[in-house]
Amino acid sequence: MTALKLTGVCKTFGKVKVLHDIDLTVEEGEFVVFVGPSGCGKSTLLRVIAGLEDATSGSVEIGGQVVTDVPPAKRGIAMVFQSYALYPHLTVKGNMALGLKQAGEDKALIEDRVAEATRMLDLAPYLDRRPAELSGGQRQRVAIGRAVVRQPKLFLFDEPLSNLDAALRMNTRIEIADLHRKLDTTIVYVTHDQIEAMTLADRIVVLRAGRIEQVGSPMELYNDPVNQFVAGFLGAPSMNFVPAGVLGKTAATAGIRPENIRIAADGQMAATITHVEHLGGDTNVLARLDSGEPITVRLFGQHAHEVGDAVRLGFDEAHLYLFDDTGARVR
Amino acid sequence: MNKARRNPVNLIAAHGILIAYTLIALFPVFVILINSFKTRKAIFREPLALPDADSFSMIGYQTVLKQGDFFGYFQNSMIVTVVSLTLILLFGAMAAFALAEYRFKGNTLMGLYLALGIMIPIRIGTVAILELMVSTGLVNTLFALILVYTAQGLPLAVFILSEFMRGVSDDLKNAGRIDGLSEYKIFFVLVLPLVRPAMATVAVFNMIPIWNDLWFPLILAPAEATKTLTLGSQVFIGQFVTDWNAVLSALSMAILPVLILYVIFSRQLIRGITSGAVK
Ligand SMILES: Nc1ncnc2c1ncn2[C@@H]1O[C@H](COP(=O)(O)OP(=O)(O)O)[C@@H](O)[C@H]1O
Ligand SMILES: [Mg+2]
Repeated sequence: MTALKLTGVCKTFGKVKVLHDIDLTVEEGEFVVFVGPSGCGKSTLLRVIAGLEDATSGSVEIGGQVVTDVPPAKRGIAMVFQSYALYPHLTVKGNMALGLKQAGEDKALIEDRVAEATRMLDLAPYLDRRPAELSGGQRQRVAIGRAVVRQPKLFLFDEPLSNLDAALRMNTRIEIADLHRKLDTTIVYVTHDQIEAMTLADRIVVLRAGRIEQVGSPMELYNDPVNQFVAGFLGAPSMNFVPAGVLGKTAATAGIRPENIRIAADGQMAATITHVEHLGGDTNVLARLDSGEPITVRLFGQHAHEVGDAVRLGFDEAHLYLFDDTGARVR
Repeated sequence: MNKARRNPVNLIAAHGILIAYTLIALFPVFVILINSFKTRKAIFREPLALPDADSFSMIGYQTVLKQGDFFGYFQNSMIVTVVSLTLILLFGAMAAFALAEYRFKGNTLMGLYLALGIMIPIRIGTVAILELMVSTGLVNTLFALILVYTAQGLPLAVFILSEFMRGVSDDLKNAGRIDGLSEYKIFFVLVLPLVRPAMATVAVFNMIPIWNDLWFPLILAPAEATKTLTLGSQVFIGQFVTDWNAVLSALSMAILPVLILYVIFSRQLIRGITSGAVK
């Protein structure tokens, strides 16, 4: 069954058109990630789905039902915000229980649900604390708990990890993936971080300037991007782009991923190394082609290259992506 | 604590300045208080001397309590001030929330219109207000004063509070909406506590002028039953003779309630229990 269906959703603020004709279908149980640079309309789209913002035109269906006139609380959704947005005057327990109380559920059921979420997210030691007495990571777990307790048909996450430090971000990311497996519900997750998108998503929706650029599984998008934007957005370090002429191709731009380039005596391109990053497991070599373009090479393992070394770079024709002057893929 | 604050020289200097300021600020109050307990002669002979066995006198307080219904005036002032403040804060905050939170046609225009009152003193409209009160039969009621003071206080309240309300996290309000809180609950339960410092500021700014006002009580409610404290105290100030004992005693007593209200609001100003709600 479809959990979420967007048809021709547009949103304008005053004269500024922020969302352009968004069409998207999300199947039940799917983990869908909206990814795109900041300001591209991800949060706005999520708020339209939640009913916090009215779409200027187009329709939103949740669980097969058009929800245009349904208030947020009755849409069967729960949302987790970047800024946690916990109620400052309530304890952790009060924060988690409020939604159900408001819906008029009976006490025993509320207790049950809160207890279950508490166990799932290890919140037991903090139940009687107020948000001000918790660390950032704990606050975000409470915010997730508040969403879980409602047992929504659809979870909405708006950059939930952006305020956490790097180590905590990875742990929480794994916790969210784990949560999705346990609950088996549909999740729509917004982020500007392509690593979060790649690691969490069943399906990624790449947005740019209020338009969907491409939809697909992480590997589909990685291996078969439809345009230069998607190709450059996914993957770190990101894809190298050089004028196609440099490689003797007839297109505007040629792209090749850093890990598909090797340093070899029989390589097609001559370059000089400008910088080397030793990461232990990987080595990133930044070089400049003799024709002037910067290029990044990602080598597996540890390699002793020096800045200033002249090298030749080789690649397989099969790994080359070609784009025309509008950025669209040439196949 | 940072280095500058631990440094003893800075510490002494800071405290020195603060203490000096406190002394300067409290000096007039102190002079009023001590002189209210002295005989008339002693007040003029040595205004700065403390009352001693010789100069001590309660004559001022006796006059004040005998002359007119002092506690009645007191009560009137209290009712007018407290009710006006409550209405200013309630309606001011509600208007500010609407301006800050909802997008509607003419939002900016409405904001400007509501703020216009900051620049136009309400006393310009005194004649019209008096006519209005006469034709509605509200002359010589406390309600007339309350209406005028509420109107007078609202523009600044809306202006200050809407600025603060724009600063309240959208995510918090949206979380409330998703959990099914009504807009009223979001306003009263989530937003108001977070703008409490601003509310206290508005309350303090409005309280003193209302308590001390002589103009509108004199024009709109000069009857004995509706006299405010400030107006009631005027009987002691004559064109030729002024009963200084009585004036100082009345002033001393008038300071008290303002002080209490101020303490209540300033505690709100300082209290920071709501910090850490977001981020
Ligand atoms: N309430 C609003 N009023 C006017 N413009 C807005 C509003 N909310 C968002 N925008 C604009 O819409 C665009 C998309 O914003 P947003 O959805 O928050 O981006 P993202 O979450 O992808 O970073 C931005 O250019 C932003 O300035
Ligand atoms: Mg956003």
